[in-house]
Amino acid sequence: MSGFEINNISMTFALPNGGKVEALKNINLNIKEGELLSVLGPSGCGKTTLLNILAGFLAQTEGAMTLNGAPVEGPSSERGMVFQQGALFEWMTVAKNIGFGPKMKGTPQAEINAKVDELLSIVGLQDFGEKMIYELSGGMQQRVALARCLANDPDVILMDEPLGALDALTREKMQSLVLDIWKKTGKTIILITHSVEEALLLGERLLVMAPRPGRVHKEYALPFAELGVGADLREIKQHAEFAPTRDEILNMIWNMEDEIMGRTEDA
Amino acid sequence: MAKEIFDVIATTLWMALGIFAIFALYLAVSGLCYLVWRMISKGRTASGGYTSLKTVTFGDESAVLANRTASVAAVITLFVLWAIATGSSLLPFGLPAPFVGDTSFEYTAQNAAGDSAKAKVFVRVHHADDKGQKKQDVSGMASDGFAQNDSIILPERRSKIIKVQSNDTGGTEDGYRVTHVNGQPIVAEQLLELGDVDVFMTKKGSLSVRPVTGMTMEALYLPPPEKVWSRFVKLNKEGYLGVGLWENVFWSLIRVVVGFFLGCLFGIPLGFAMGLNSWLRGWFEPIVEFMRPVPPLALIPLIIIWFGIGEQGKISLLFLAALWIMTIAARSGVSGVNISKVHAAYSLGASKWQLLTKVILPNSLPEIFTGARVAMGVCWGTVVAAELVAAEKGAGKMIIAASKFQLTDIVIIGIIIIGIIGYGIDVLMRIAENRLVPWKGRG
Repeated sequence: MSGFEINNISMTFALPNGGKVEALKNINLNIKEGELLSVLGPSGCGKTTLLNILAGFLAQTEGAMTLNGAPVEGPSSERGMVFQQGALFEWMTVAKNIGFGPKMKGTPQAEINAKVDELLSIVGLQDFGEKMIYELSGGMQQRVALARCLANDPDVILMDEPLGALDALTREKMQSLVLDIWKKTGKTIILITHSVEEALLLGERLLVMAPRPGRVHKEYALPFAELGVGADLREIKQHAEFAPTRDEILNMIWNMEDEIMGRTEDA
Repeated sequence: MAKEIFDVIATTLWMALGIFAIFALYLAVSGLCYLVWRMISKGRTASGGYTSLKTVTFGDESAVLANRTASVAAVITLFVLWAIATGSSLLPFGLPAPFVGDTSFEYTAQNAAGDSAKAKVFVRVHHADDKGQKKQDVSGMASDGFAQNDSIILPERRSKIIKVQSNDTGGTEDGYRVTHVNGQPIVAEQLLELGDVDVFMTKKGSLSVRPVTGMTMEALYLPPPEKVWSRFVKLNKEGYLGVGLWENVFWSLIRVVVGFFLGCLFGIPLGFAMGLNSWLRGWFEPIVEFMRPVPPLALIPLIIIWFGIGEQGKISLLFLAALWIMTIAARSGVSGVNISKVHAAYSLGASKWQLLTKVILPNSLPEIFTGARVAMGVCWGTVVAAELVAAEKGAGKMIIAASKFQLTDIVIIGIIIIGIIGYGIDVLMRIAENRLVPWKGRG
């Protein structure tokens, strides 16, 4: 059985004041191998919690997951993670950062070097291998983060708002890069984002989550990711279905946010 | 109790006034130097860097660079003030110096029979450290009537009672008394200023002679710079109490380095353990939190009781001084690791040991270095204090021994060397930090 199966995952935890929080309730997902899945939702809907559970950093209170048929427990190199910012190792060069995963596994240095060179050219940082992390711009740092994750050849790549801290122009370029990498490597990618446009562009399938308890509210199957590979993403945004879908989702999230605010005021 | 508190308040107020006066003087010199510097540097172009183009500098701390001319001038000013206050011979001018040399005054005495006679007192005032002088010989000099000439020798700034009656005929009789000095009438408890010396008549009618003290400080309190320098040269050659100057400093440094190294050796792993394991954190936290605010100096008595005054005690003390600082630095280094770095390392396949050595250790280096700088400073201060209490060798030992013999110049040399070395240690640590942790503050 291939793919990432998420069966009935819930997570509830106790608050110090005796209350209980239902962060996630009955999440069921079946992610095919090579699928590009984007997850969207208002703040506090549990999307980062979900990703941390998938990565193995948090334990679910109910349910189970299997990756390619094997049960998932704890963090592992088969589920790579790309973080928003600050997850690179500043004390290492770009090349050492990218080679970190293989090195931990004891891969021979020559093999690591070849892999690093290949990845540097994939993410467009050919001449930056010997630079230190703090010498790079934010966009370049995220390229390194992508390459570092790919170096381990994971089955699933989990992205926690990887482009959230970038400026608009860099962000567009990086979105193209993510699509390219997805197509070139055929990896399963699960991407969490705040940006509706990004979720539309970078999702074959899009999940909209709702808060309290965190759950899957609506699912979309979208053509834009496939169309966007190698294309100008600004043209994709002109697609007839793009604007209506975006507005529909935006409205949905607006309503959820209103509902949350209302509840808070009641309480 | 209330009076004591009142005294403290009064003393504090007086001190505040004094500090204010000294500081105002220093600031006034600074202002003068600034004006001079402005005149000299006028017309010279600025460096032309980006900072020099900033128009808002008042409030922009990054645009306020230390003016090195001011730093040099400040240090020179300090030395000049020192030289002035001590009447240094390095300066062509200075405050009035205390009287040194020969002088004399005349006294008029009345004997029991009511007759008057005059005689002279020859006063010789010598420098404090010039001990070979003899008083003037007055035995062959003619005098008038029953009064005989006297002579007295005393060091500068000191007073001495001279019993002029002791060699006068009938001086021991009841009616004998001194009536005038240099023609001016004098009675008991009266002070006469004669120019070079002051003469005071005690209650019993004896004369107390005190040469004028001038306005400079006595070498006992603050020796002039040239005296300190010549003492430094001499110390360099001969050492003090059989131990060379640099040998003393070397021993202090060795203790600091060994104690600090031991503190790091145990403190850093302890800090890591406390940052990584909840049982060990709970186990050690009470000890660390309790020992942290205890000043190492408060441990000196106990350390001496336990280990005596030898090296073992010193090194144990410095070990304890460095240990808690390094433990806390390492612990906060671990807690300062961005959680996404840890998550990233695990999801890249790192084991716990790999995470510790490849991520947590390098990531906590900046914190550890900050701690090491603090620990080094504390160790240096502690070693000097420990040596003040009891030691055979060391910078602190040299100071305290010299102070017992009132060799203020050695004390000052010691303080200057301790300051320079403490500063040097900090500079070295900063250089090492920049070399080893170039990513600090740029994460």
